[in-house]
Amino acid sequence: MKISSEVVWKIARLARLGLSRDEAALFESQLSRVLDHVADLSRLDACAEGAGAEGAGAEGAGAEGAGAGPGLSNVVRDDAPAPFSGREDILANAPQREGSYFKVRKIL
Amino acid sequence: MTGAPTSSACGFEMVAGLEVHCQLATRTKLFCGCANGASGAEANTAICPVCTGQPGSLPVLNGAAVELAFKAGLALECRLAERSVFARKNYFYPDLPKAYQISQYEDPFALEGGVSFQIPGVAVEAGGRASRPPSGRALAAGGASKRVRLHRIHLEEDAGKLLHAIGSRELDGSLVDFNRCGAPLIEIVTEPDVSSGKEAYAFLTALKEVLIFAGVSDCDMERGELRCDANISVRRKGDPTLGTKVEIKNLNSFKAVKEALDHEFGRQLGVLQAGGRILQETMLWNADSHRTEAMRVKEEAHDYRYFPDPDLVPLVAEARLVERVRGALPELPASRRRRYIAAFGLSEYDSQVLVSERALGDYFEEAVKGIPAEAIKVAVNLITTELLGRLNSGKSTIQSCPVPPASIGGLASLIHDGTLSTRLAKEAFARAWETGKAPEALVAELGLVQVSDEGQVKEWVKAALQSNPKAAADLKAGNDRAIGAVVGAVMKLSKGKANPGLVNRLIKEAASS
Repeated sequence: MKISSEVVWKIARLARLGLSRDEAALFESQLSRVLDHVADLSRLDACAEGAGAEGAGAEGAGAEGAGAGPGLSNVVRDDAPAPFSGREDILANAPQREGSYFKVRKIL
Repeated sequence: MTGAPTSSACGFEMVAGLEVHCQLATRTKLFCGCANGASGAEANTAICPVCTGQPGSLPVLNGAAVELAFKAGLALECRLAERSVFARKNYFYPDLPKAYQISQYEDPFALEGGVSFQIPGVAVEAGGRASRPPSGRALAAGGASKRVRLHRIHLEEDAGKLLHAIGSRELDGSLVDFNRCGAPLIEIVTEPDVSSGKEAYAFLTALKEVLIFAGVSDCDMERGELRCDANISVRRKGDPTLGTKVEIKNLNSFKAVKEALDHEFGRQLGVLQAGGRILQETMLWNADSHRTEAMRVKEEAHDYRYFPDPDLVPLVAEARLVERVRGALPELPASRRRRYIAAFGLSEYDSQVLVSERALGDYFEEAVKGIPAEAIKVAVNLITTELLGRLNSGKSTIQSCPVPPASIGGLASLIHDGTLSTRLAKEAFARAWETGKAPEALVAELGLVQVSDEGQVKEWVKAALQSNPKAAADLKAGNDRAIGAVVGAVMKLSKGKANPGLVNRLIKEAASS
């Protein structure tokens, strides 16, 4: 599937990436090849015998289903607080902080 | 109030829909074990690798959030989708550390519900529990029934909070607090069934009642637990096609929703009548200037590139789970209201007041347990006037009420059987409120028992007529209105203890003899 240069520029803008003309051209062909590969994969029947762990297809787990394996659903945890003790480690990663806040460029 | 045109002005009508975000009352966040509801705590104390989007961390869905979401779906008369899917909504903003929000897009968990409610015929701005309209019956008389259909409800995580100033001190940057980031929300999206600001207000009030009743959320608006956006367009009455819609954000109260809708209707009407066109845009409500203002135009339309989140498996509405949630659902406001009217003979207005809060209704039911049917109305009056009046002025809640419900029932019975006058009952109630003692005990202690001894009351009446010769003469001449002065004099002589019914009868007898 061919990706147009307009699509590449649009994706770059949405992803906040500044591309050079050469890079845009490179990604145009690379992204097209990635999509071709996915198109090959989607021709395979993922619900065929041996494709899934347990009785695939029972929940209609098609290609749009979430990625964690066909048939799997409702994986939940108890509503029990589990405070994280490494808060300072997370804050330490902030490029800028003010007290216990992360600080970013002014947004209004 | 606002001078806005009515919603059907000049052959045009308002078509509005609402999007309501509601924070679920879980202990932890939607996908991690950090505390939910720590928004008031020190910044960034309830954070972890999952909710701050650290590489390699994985979300695990909170089972309690699912149950509360399903509860909301059932309470709001929705159909629960057999299967719903979490999706990533991608955008860059400093309050969103993963650069995507986990939400539901094509497959929300609930569809096609509705909320039915009464639109009061009188002003609802005050919104207080006991803010009785000028006529207590106006609600029943002037109200209209309305149903706003729900389009869908989906489950999603909240974003963090941005701070642009500390108090009045402007900052050279913006500060980010992720305590709220990842909190469990449901977004309730209505059909475009709202046709006035007043309707929006009444709908939101009813919706909030249901959500609180069902235990889905505390809906504390000051803490941001309930937030609302509105979409509004205008069209010629009867025109089947919708006009261009404008989205209004920054609506921090039900009153703001009402005023913003009415204002925006007026603005769009003006544009259309001047031959102009409505632009599709997002506006902000400015509560100070009472105006909608266009938001800075974005360089391009939002492109969220939704896709199913590969870290999360689908959510299936398993029959056992749904039945358990359904079984745990309490009686909801609408059916409770109907029951109060049918079983206790309450007025529409009284039932509305008592149902406005689950604990208040529980209190009422406890109070009238075992008292004569005729005393129920008396108990209702004590609750809606004496008790709610004090709660409201003291800004306290029914949970902290010092007078137990059984005492209300006791007082109502005493009034009903003539032992106490209403005035004395109020006095007993007031003392009970201050001292925490049972009103029945106070009645005896304070000697409040009503005097119904005919001989005694006759003497008071005689004395009262003698000391009010003008009123006595008027009464003899057939002017019944003069009776008030004499009754007042008797009450003064008896220190309020004379049985009012008896007093009235004996005065009339004395006047006509």
